Amino acid sequence: MRDKILNMLEKNGRIDIHDMAIMLGLTDVEVANEIAAMEKEHVICGYNTLINWDKTDDEKVTALIEVKVTPQRGLGFDSIAERIYNYEEVTSVYLMSGGFDFTVIIEGKSMKSVANFVHAKLAPMESVLSTSTHFVLKKYKDYGTVFEADNKDERMLVTP
Amino acid sequence: MRNALSNKILSIEPSGIRKFFDVVSEMPDAISLGVGEPDFDTPWNVREEGIYALEKGRTFYTSNAGLKELRIEICNYLKRRYNLEYDPIDETMVTVGGSEAIDVALRCMVDPGDEVLIPQPSYVSYLPCAVMADAKPVIINLKEENGFKLTPEELEENITNKTKILVLPFPNNPTGAIMNRDELAKLVPIIIKHDLFVLSDEIYSELTYGEERHVSIAEFPGMKERTIVINGFSKAFAMTGWRLGYACGPKAIIKQMIKLHQFAIMCAPTNSQFAAVEALKNCDEDVNKMVEAYNQRRRYLVNAFREMGLECFEPFGAFYIFPSIKKFGMTSDEFATKLLKEKKLAVVPGTAFGDCGEGFLRISYAYSIDKLKEGLSRIKEFITELES
Repeated sequence: MRDKILNMLEKNGRIDIHDMAIMLGLTDVEVANEIAAMEKEHVICGYNTLINWDKTDDEKVTALIEVKVTPQRGLGFDSIAERIYNYEEVTSVYLMSGGFDFTVIIEGKSMKSVANFVHAKLAPMESVLSTSTHFVLKKYKDYGTVFEADNKDERMLVTP
Repeated sequence: MRNALSNKILSIEPSGIRKFFDVVSEMPDAISLGVGEPDFDTPWNVREEGIYALEKGRTFYTSNAGLKELRIEICNYLKRRYNLEYDPIDETMVTVGGSEAIDVALRCMVDPGDEVLIPQPSYVSYLPCAVMADAKPVIINLKEENGFKLTPEELEENITNKTKILVLPFPNNPTGAIMNRDELAKLVPIIIKHDLFVLSDEIYSELTYGEERHVSIAEFPGMKERTIVINGFSKAFAMTGWRLGYACGPKAIIKQMIKLHQFAIMCAPTNSQFAAVEALKNCDEDVNKMVEAYNQRRRYLVNAFREMGLECFEPFGAFYIFPSIKKFGMTSDEFATKLLKEKKLAVVPGTAFGDCGEGFLRISYAYSIDKLKEGLSRIKEFITELES
C-alpha cells in the first residue's frame, strides 16, 4: 500500500486524499493515517512544487558543481556534506561514485552570485580539494516531468 | 451497369460506432470518453527499437508467419504470463492486429452453413467476419445479472448440430467482464462434448484487476487442440497504431491461416515486428504500471457512477465500464446522442456491440484522471437535468 501511495504522491503532491482512497480501494482514514506515518518517519520529506522558472520574470541560474574533497577521519563525508548543504542557495548535495565526490546543485540569482559562492565559500573550505562548475543552460525535464510537454490527445474521438 | 457489390457485404450493417463517429467528428469542441485504445504512448524503448530498425534499413518483407525471433518471444511470453505452451515455428503466426487473426481464423475454419456462436455485447468484428466467411452467426445475449459472463446453460442451449466455433471474447470489450478459472472450467466439458472449436480473443489479457491473472481456456486439458488463441500488442503495450497481433493454435489450423494470410497480406509490418520483440522482452514493468493506472481509474469511475445513482456492475477487465441508463426511459442511442449534443461529451451506446447492449453505455477509462473528472462532471450535469 505504501508503494502505491508514494507513487501517486510523487506524481501529484496535491492529489486529494479522498480520490486517492477510492483509486486504491481504501478508506480515507487508512490513506490519511499512512501518509501521516510516512511524514513522521521522514519517508515523505516534503511537498515541493515543480516550477519552470524560465517562464517567470524571476531570473534564476542553476549550476552543477563537481567537488573533490578529503574525507575527515572518523566522520567520513557526512560532516563535509553538512557544511555544504547548510548554505541556503544549495538545493541538492549528492555523494557520488567515480571521478569526484560530491555533486552540489546551487541556485543563484545570477552567474555572479554563483561564482561568488564557489570562490568565496565552497572552494576555500578546508577539505575541498577542487571544484568544477557547470551552468545549466536549459531544463527540458526535471523529476520525471517534461517542461514543454505536448499533451494533445490525437486519438480519434470514438473507436471500437 | 450491374450492381458492383455482393449481397454478402450489403447484408452487413455499418458499425454503430462508425455512425456515432460521424456525428462526433462534426463537433470539434466535443470531449470524449469513447475511445477503445490506450492513452499511454508506446513505451519509449519499443518506439526506439522501431526507429532503429528503420535506420538499419530493415524495410523488407518478413516470412509470412512473421519474424522467427518475434514468434519465439511470443511463445516465451505466453508461457511466462499465461502458462501456455506453443511451438514458435508450427503453432504461431504474426498478424496485422488481432482483427486480422479473427478474420483469417474464421475464413479458414468454417464452411457455408456452419454456425459460429458469438456472445454479445462484444467487439464489433466477429459477426461481420463470420458473415463474410459464409458462416451463420448465432448470437448469445449475455445478461447483466450474470455479470455479462457466458454461462454453461447459455452455451448449451445455443448449440445445434451445425455449431462449429465458439467465439470467447474475454476480457470483454465493451462490458469489462472477465471469465475466471472456475467459470471457464464449466464451459470446457460442453465444448468438448459437442466437438466445438474456440476462438479465444484475449487481446485484453494483460488488463485484469482481480486477485487472479487472466486465464486462457487453452490451458485446460483437451482444449489446446481445439482453441485458437488470439492476442496482440495493441492493448497490453499501447501499440494500437503499429497494427500487430498474433494467433496460436493447432498446427493444422495455423498452417492454413498462414496460407490465407500469405495471399491476402504477405506479412505483418516489419518495422512493428522488430519493435514488438523489444516489447515482449523488456516491458513487463511498463505493463504493470499501466495496469495499476487503469485499475485506479476503474475504481474511481465505478465509484463516481454509483454516487451518481447509475447502476454499474464492477468490471474486472479491459478499460471500460458499462453502466445502465435504463431508468431514464431512453434508448442507448438517444441517451448518447443527447449527451453529445447538450454536453458535448461522446460515449459509445451499448447497442454498438449488439442488440443486448440496449440500455447501457460504454465508458472508456483510457484517459487521465483529470479528463475523466471533466467527463464525469458533464454526465452528472446531464442526468441531474434529466431527473429534474
